[in-house]
Amino acid sequence: MSIFSERLKNGIVTENPIFVQVLAMCPTLAVTTSVENGIGMGLASTAVLIGSNLFISLLRKAIPDKVRIPAYITIIAAFVTLIQFLLEGFVPSLYASLGIFIPLIVVNCVILGRAEAYASKNKIFPSIFDAIGMGLGFTVALAILGAIRELLGAGSILGFKLFGSSFEPAIIMILAPGAFITLGILMALLNQKSINKTNKVNDKIAHFHEIDPETGECTGCGSCAHSCKK
Amino acid sequence: MKLFSIFISAFLVNNFLLVKFLGVCSFLGVSKKTETAKGMGLAVVFVMFLASFMTYGVYNWILVPLNITYLSTLAFVLVIAALVQFVEMVIKKTQPSLYKALGIYLPLITTNCALLGMAVINIGEKYNLIESMVNALGAALGYMLAIVLLSGLRERMEENDKMPLAFRGLPISLVTAGLMAIAFLGFSGLKLGGI
Repeated sequence: MSIFSERLKNGIVTENPIFVQVLAMCPTLAVTTSVENGIGMGLASTAVLIGSNLFISLLRKAIPDKVRIPAYITIIAAFVTLIQFLLEGFVPSLYASLGIFIPLIVVNCVILGRAEAYASKNKIFPSIFDAIGMGLGFTVALAILGAIRELLGAGSILGFKLFGSSFEPAIIMILAPGAFITLGILMALLNQKSINKTNKVNDKIAHFHEIDPETGECTGCGSCAHSCKK
Repeated sequence: MKLFSIFISAFLVNNFLLVKFLGVCSFLGVSKKTETAKGMGLAVVFVMFLASFMTYGVYNWILVPLNITYLSTLAFVLVIAALVQFVEMVIKKTQPSLYKALGIYLPLITTNCALLGMAVINIGEKYNLIESMVNALGAALGYMLAIVLLSGLRERMEENDKMPLAFRGLPISLVTAGLMAIAFLGFSGLKLGGI
């Protein structure tokens, strides 16, 4: 089971397709007007991802290297068509609100990216776990974005009103600009977190460096890149 | 008049990048410099115009008569991929200077959701051939407008060293795109002959 949890963690945290790899921006921005849409899109993409990773991993020795990309796209498109039918048949309301972005799962870079980077080189079970991890990472990111936008733009989460009637939602958050701005600020926060982390490490290193009182030069491990703390 | 309103609608009111979020990957990826943004924009205009014709033909002259319209997604992706390859080869042989300008952007277009999105929208709106091509042209020019505008702003922002470290690069580009999207929302008030 260790490969399973490792792949899961890799997909959700280490290589999160949206916050770390910055892939698949179109569906991310377009369908996150509510938590429900975000999760729906995430799960639909996950289903396609599992199917395509499974098949590409099975066929990895049969597909000639030169035509692998068209072959992958064909496999992915077949699964997308399947999912499109299933959504239309069983959850027509979700199908209507995701609209054009369901056929566009075909050109979702996360799916082609996993096919190329993982499924084409690995055995079946690791590939499926990889698909589940990446899919969940994508779903979680979409749900977070959807939650922020729905909360600010409509004052609700999953359709439940959280504030009293005096709350006036900022409609702009569920319109197009809100998507760009929310994602931009979330990414800045993540950047800030990693900057703080490296600063802490640098501070620790800087303790070992001292300014020589006579020459005014920085002593310590002379060749390392960190300079004295000022 | 209908053609004009389709054009303006695709160009400004329903701008592919800032209102519909189609092709955002390349919007953020290749908008660091105005030069590259122009190249990418031109390549998209060129390919999208041709693709609208091709996908219209494949849908209405092959898929509809055979009654297999449910395969449209699959067919469109393959048609677009083949078209991009073909265009690349033709330009390489006949127009070396154009190839030099557009060459590196052409492969990027295959996975650009703007193209597939345009094909799906043309089918959904039941446009005829001329309307499809006008819609594609408007959408592609709108794409070019938005990406060139953003690249200009990003070039200026590169110079700004007072910007907080955390916002540099992608985050500030996203916020800028958000502000541009607010401006483009203003166009949604346009009354276009009943559309």
